[in-house]
Amino acid sequence: MKIMVAIKRVIDYAVKIRVKPDKSGVVTQNVKMSMNPFCEIALEEALRIRESGLASEVVAVTMGPSQCLDTLRTGLAMGADRGIHVDSTSALHPLHVAKILRNLVQIEKPSLIILGKQAIDDDCNQTGQMVAGLLNWPQGTFASKVSPSSNHPGFKNQAFAPTMWWGFPKDKSNMSQIGKKEYTHGTMKSLIGVVLDKEKEEVTVDREVDDGIETVQLKLPAVITTDLRLNQPRYATLPNIMKAKSKPIKKFTPQELNVEIKSDLEIVEVTEPPKRKAGVMVSSVDELIEKLKNEAKVI
Amino acid sequence: MLKFCSIFSKSKSKNLFLLRSRTKSTSSSQSSPAAYTFSRRIFPYSKHSSLLAPASISRVPPSRSFATDSEARDSIEYDVVVVGAGPAGLSAAIRLKQLCHQKGADLSVCVVEKGAEVGAHIISGNVFEPRALDELLPQWKQEEAPINTPVSSDKFWFLTKNRAISLPSPFHNKGNYVISLSQLVRWLGAKAEELGVEIYPGFAASEILYDTNNKVIGIGTNDMGIAKDGSKKENFQRGVEVKGRITLLAEGCRGSLSEKIMGRYNLREKGGAEHQTYALGIKEVWEIDERKHQPGAVLHTLGWPLDHKTYGGSFLYHMKDNQISIGFVVALNYQNPFMNPYEEFQKFKHHPAIRPYLEGGTVIQYGARTLNEGGFQSIPYPVFPGGAIIGCSAGFLNVPKIKGTHTAMKSGMLAAEATFGVLNEGLDMDMYWKALRNSWIWDELYKARNYRPAFENGLIPGLALSGLEHYLLRGKHPFTLKHGKADHEATNAAQLHSPIQYPKADGILSFDVPTSLHRSNTNHEHDQPPHLRLRDPKIPETVNLPVYAAPESRYCPARVYEYVADEHNQLKLQINAQNCLHCKACDIKDPKQNIEWTVPEGGGGPGYSVM
Repeated sequence: MKIMVAIKRVIDYAVKIRVKPDKSGVVTQNVKMSMNPFCEIALEEALRIRESGLASEVVAVTMGPSQCLDTLRTGLAMGADRGIHVDSTSALHPLHVAKILRNLVQIEKPSLIILGKQAIDDDCNQTGQMVAGLLNWPQGTFASKVSPSSNHPGFKNQAFAPTMWWGFPKDKSNMSQIGKKEYTHGTMKSLIGVVLDKEKEEVTVDREVDDGIETVQLKLPAVITTDLRLNQPRYATLPNIMKAKSKPIKKFTPQELNVEIKSDLEIVEVTEPPKRKAGVMVSSVDELIEKLKNEAKVI
Repeated sequence: MLKFCSIFSKSKSKNLFLLRSRTKSTSSSQSSPAAYTFSRRIFPYSKHSSLLAPASISRVPPSRSFATDSEARDSIEYDVVVVGAGPAGLSAAIRLKQLCHQKGADLSVCVVEKGAEVGAHIISGNVFEPRALDELLPQWKQEEAPINTPVSSDKFWFLTKNRAISLPSPFHNKGNYVISLSQLVRWLGAKAEELGVEIYPGFAASEILYDTNNKVIGIGTNDMGIAKDGSKKENFQRGVEVKGRITLLAEGCRGSLSEKIMGRYNLREKGGAEHQTYALGIKEVWEIDERKHQPGAVLHTLGWPLDHKTYGGSFLYHMKDNQISIGFVVALNYQNPFMNPYEEFQKFKHHPAIRPYLEGGTVIQYGARTLNEGGFQSIPYPVFPGGAIIGCSAGFLNVPKIKGTHTAMKSGMLAAEATFGVLNEGLDMDMYWKALRNSWIWDELYKARNYRPAFENGLIPGLALSGLEHYLLRGKHPFTLKHGKADHEATNAAQLHSPIQYPKADGILSFDVPTSLHRSNTNHEHDQPPHLRLRDPKIPETVNLPVYAAPESRYCPARVYEYVADEHNQLKLQINAQNCLHCKACDIKDPKQNIEWTVPEGGGGPGYSVM
């Protein structure tokens, strides 16, 4: 079984972002770029599934200019078997990426596509869902694993629990307490994240949603997007980085994949958020009302 | 003797595959620290304590409690291992590959770098003298090195609180360029890779590997994925042994491994050298109003806000694209423990002659680093069994010129030539020392040797002697002045001074430390053991705080050290290791030399791109 993971090269999360003086975007020149953190988590999940023996190959896909090859090599160094680079210098929006992935799927035929839930540069949170829509595949988004004692250091990885679990917490009012005893089983269930059942060709995904945790079971082939607490991505070791240099990378262009990069979106302006103004102390309620009425104009 | 031969845990077993022919799957170094044990702290700290503790036992905080963990490390072998992808390290690597090409030899060269990318930890003024680069890569201009702003003017001011008095410039910067060293090093990295050098950023060399004959055989990288309390996290990854027939240490000023090596092999005594003296440089890159920007303009100042007993000054260089480098350098042998070099820099920016440049501009990056000021008198014997020390780790900065890049690069090139001789022709590494003594590095540093020590007696005698030196003597005097006390010994007790009131940051020209720190793009994985180790955990509260009023809370440009009241209202030292800029000021200036800077997980630290 093959897993395809899409990874994106973005500005490193620790970099201080600056807006370009002409407000057309953010400064990317001379700025450190790295793999999107959610994509790292997606790749890590794919590697774990392969290492448990349920998949045979992990293919990493990246799209963008030639500098993206650095990010792809990092993915190969983490453990992906092959890389695909879709070379494009124009801006790629989620719909373009989704269309390209759909066409790549017809070539590569993976059973599972894993992506990060969103990229930290555009925060779109659309690509995974669009890919599932275009392919008409089921989707399990915001895959997460929050176990009851996950704050304890040295907590062992409880992925791949032997039993499949299907159900919802009974008492919805307590849903914010993730992984605690409200569940109908009566046992302290630890969330399992993503569990693959190869025979039944199904994958069970714990989704971290606003109400709590929702578990869905998807028939393969399926799309999964990963959230922050799913796993801790591994470091790429020096021997792996050296090996990654010789792993094959296949190159495509959007034209070869019959996808036209035509943008229906135009970025009009990028500005910094307004600076927080200092608070003002008021001496009486009357003064407060007066300020709210006349200065802030909210009443 | 490897007591434990366990292989990696199950999920990592895939990594122990058949490596290429030059690698081995188990560590063969007998004295490499395969087992973590508690460090022995029974001896009082001395500068040479590393001689007392066998190098095979790594110093770990007592909280680390997994003594059973001693999985074998992967071992990779190269002909030459270079620690640090800076100007010296990369010049050495490039030179080696050039020699291989010329003489038809094939040597494998590996450079390990603790920064997340090449150039991420590089910060410097920088007015670049292309002398060494002309020798290394004569086609640098055609190959589009990021060196394109020639020096257009050279000013030197003496500042008082309100005035700037122009003095004749002691520098001869004609033919030099204003550059960003981080950008130049990135370019050098690309050149090195083109020649076949393997560069691995994100890997911190944390220990030296020795064989049974006390010879250096390589370095070991940090284990990654260890939690704050010392236990292994989910993504624990054992470090790797990178072995080389020759190891070149190019860690920059006060390199952590270089200091250990110099102590172990007594390299200072061997070279007849004095102790090294240092300064702390704090720098910002601004994008200013283009009407005020004069590409290539170079300005140095002396005087205000420092007093006549403290050596230091500022620099302001105009690069391209309306960017300027502005910074402040304070010698670390200052006496007043209440001195705060960062605040002095912020104060300096308000001077009426300086502020016009900055008004209307924005800060792009911030950073800090210590630099060598010992010059000629402090050069150690840089060769040890199995390798050599190059660049600022040995200390070749020319203090009156305030340039160290060209000498660092040249030292790397000379070491590469000696290394080639050793590996290809069976010669001795001592050739490097001889080559240094016969090179222009020696000549330059010899002529410059008395400028800095003259300031031991204060600003006026220093300036007087400088003038004499510069116009008359030019290094041709029969004596060599000595350095004063070591920097950490120069700090007076707090009772001899009174606290200095620094003005509050205005958010336009001056800023507070957290704001500046954010601009350095610094980050470390927060859940890791603190890399700043206290040799004696009681000394901060029993000595630093009462006697010296906690100088580390002032000289650290990253606010790593803070004294916070605990639940009994006692002030306790809190180490915010995540903020660390890797400047090494604490390792240098701590009065009892209690703070030891060790290298954190690779990939952490500042993210300089235009510094």
